[in-house]
Amino acid sequence: MTTTAEKPPATEVGVLGWLKKNLFSTWYDALLTIGSLAFIYWVLRGVIEWALVKATFSTEPGICKKARAAAAAAGETAGACWSVVITNIKVFMIGRYPGEEVWRIWASLGIVAVLAALTWWVWRAEAMREKRRWVVIGWLLSFPVITILLRGFSEESRVLPLVPTDLWSGLLLTFVLAIVGIVASFPLGVLLALGRRSTLPALKVFCTMYIELIRGVPLISVLFMSQLLLPIFLPPQMRLGTVLRALVGMTLFSAAYSAENVRGGLAAIPIGQYEAAKAVGLNDVLMMALIILPQAIQKVIPAIVGQFISLFKDTSLVVIIGLLDLLGVAKAVTGQTEYIGLQKEVYLFAALIYFICSYAMSYSSRRLEVAMGVGER
Amino acid sequence: MEGRPATTEDIIICRDVHKWFGDFHVLRGVNMTVKRGEVVVICGPSGSGKSTFIRTINRLEEHQKGDIIVDGIELTNDIRNIHAIREEIGMVFQQFNLFPHLKVIDNITLAPIWVRKWPKDKAEKIAIELLERVGIPEQADKYPGQLSGGQQQRVAIARALAMQPKIMLFDEPTSALDPEMIKEVLDVMIELAQSGMTMIVVTHEMGFAREVANRVFFFDEGNIVEELTAEELKIAIEDPNQAKEERTRLFLSQIL
Ligand SMILES: Nc1ncnc2c1ncn2[C@@H]1O[C@H](COP(=O)(O)OP(=O)(O)OP(=O)(O)O)[C@@H](O)[C@H]1O
Ligand SMILES: [Mg+2]
Repeated sequence: MTTTAEKPPATEVGVLGWLKKNLFSTWYDALLTIGSLAFIYWVLRGVIEWALVKATFSTEPGICKKARAAAAAAGETAGACWSVVITNIKVFMIGRYPGEEVWRIWASLGIVAVLAALTWWVWRAEAMREKRRWVVIGWLLSFPVITILLRGFSEESRVLPLVPTDLWSGLLLTFVLAIVGIVASFPLGVLLALGRRSTLPALKVFCTMYIELIRGVPLISVLFMSQLLLPIFLPPQMRLGTVLRALVGMTLFSAAYSAENVRGGLAAIPIGQYEAAKAVGLNDVLMMALIILPQAIQKVIPAIVGQFISLFKDTSLVVIIGLLDLLGVAKAVTGQTEYIGLQKEVYLFAALIYFICSYAMSYSSRRLEVAMGVGER
Repeated sequence: MEGRPATTEDIIICRDVHKWFGDFHVLRGVNMTVKRGEVVVICGPSGSGKSTFIRTINRLEEHQKGDIIVDGIELTNDIRNIHAIREEIGMVFQQFNLFPHLKVIDNITLAPIWVRKWPKDKAEKIAIELLERVGIPEQADKYPGQLSGGQQQRVAIARALAMQPKIMLFDEPTSALDPEMIKEVLDVMIELAQSGMTMIVVTHEMGFAREVANRVFFFDEGNIVEELTAEELKIAIEDPNQAKEERTRLFLSQIL
């Protein structure tokens, strides 16, 4: 007997097949699909009409007033007036960072872009395995390089004049706070998690108390305390600017949450992994670094990325200690008399940026899970 | 220490080894000496302390009284001694315990690279040779989760052998396997025994014991109740009533 491969029935493939299978397979599925679509349309219609259809994109001075007057005369509600976003786009992005030094931000973005492209390229091909370490070194080096690039040396310097961190603002500040916060807090969190599981009583008690203490207070109070207490603890010649103190606060705060996530992952590793690692002769450090932590972290990537996303959004709390991050700049812009009545546009724009960044993180996390989970099945 | 009979012949010396789990006296003064190249099988009822005993030999469990000396190194709390001994001993577990996040080849080369400090290509060359020896060279680039139980256990044996140990410990290496996979693992172990490896094997596979064991120890309630030589074992397998101890007879008649 021979068997022949047949094509699947036409209704099973293609767009129509997908639609039929997933959206209209039974009459109540169809009803739900149509109902949901109607609901989405009803919600979005108003927003789309306001933000796009009736909106004004011109940056001509006074255009918003004119548009509003025209709408009122016609007895309609006015659409959005995006000129406030368009004319202030640079302010939203970099705030008070001096205009003639903007090339330094572009250069930093360039470095990140090149590294990202290299990472993608090198990780894609198994043959490039040996080169991975160079990419990692590149990322590590990029931190001091970009810091120097953005901050500069001293006021007199010709090449890179000092831009005090007080002038870092807008989306730039949001990114600096989030990225440094994430990168610094994660290793600290791993150490705290290991400390909490340690058999040394003093270390265990210290780490447990630290984690519980930080998790028991809101981020705002940690931010206030880092502003007020750090100058007292640090020697007088080490005076940190407001931004740095905020960074310390955010890092210490986020580390406690990372620690709990990592601890969850550690608890899920079977005892046999420790025994096998010891039996092949690994010492405790190698056992943790090569066997236990990679598996523990892999198991809790979604939780860790979720926490990174909240850290990113929580950077907006630095407004309270007087820093101008994206939201702080938004607040400052809407406070100017010429933009009165345009809060909706500005805050919607800010929300959109937060959403895009958070979604990008969440999307990469899912990709990372897939990429790392190969051996699981 | 007085009167240590540590001839270079004896690679493992256990003298009056005791261990407690809390109040529970698991090992009650075990004495066992294993010669170089010897294959020793340990069997006995569940809970008799077989696993605990062989795990004290590479310090996965700490013994609280008595001496354990492996290849002239005394097992103390000194972490250097513990590591020195672990580098001489390979261990194979009932549940395989492969590292699931690493490919088969990386499971095998990990310890040689990080502990023995071999260059990567040397470690990989030896890993491939070992995979050939256990009969699965084509699985090198898979992850453990993609292999059958028998294949995983053979990788685990290769991983232990990669450190070029002088001694191999096996704790019920075939108990978690489906019947059709037991033979492929036992065949590898038989080949290893015939190649002259010193082995301590906890198992109830009497066919294996009969083929390669030099001596068989019966454990019960934390101690050795009877020791049989290869010849005595063959007789006892034919007729369990030939064993001296009542508990051995009972145990043999249950598993045969
Ligand atoms: N970590 C532990 N804590 C407390 N008791 C333990 C621990 N490990 C083992 N035991 C107890 O010690 C005794 C001996 O256990 P062991 O695993 O050595 O037995 P075994 O002879 O290997 O049995 P099996 O054939 O079931 O594997 C058992 O009663 C067991 O419950
Ligand atoms: Mg056991």
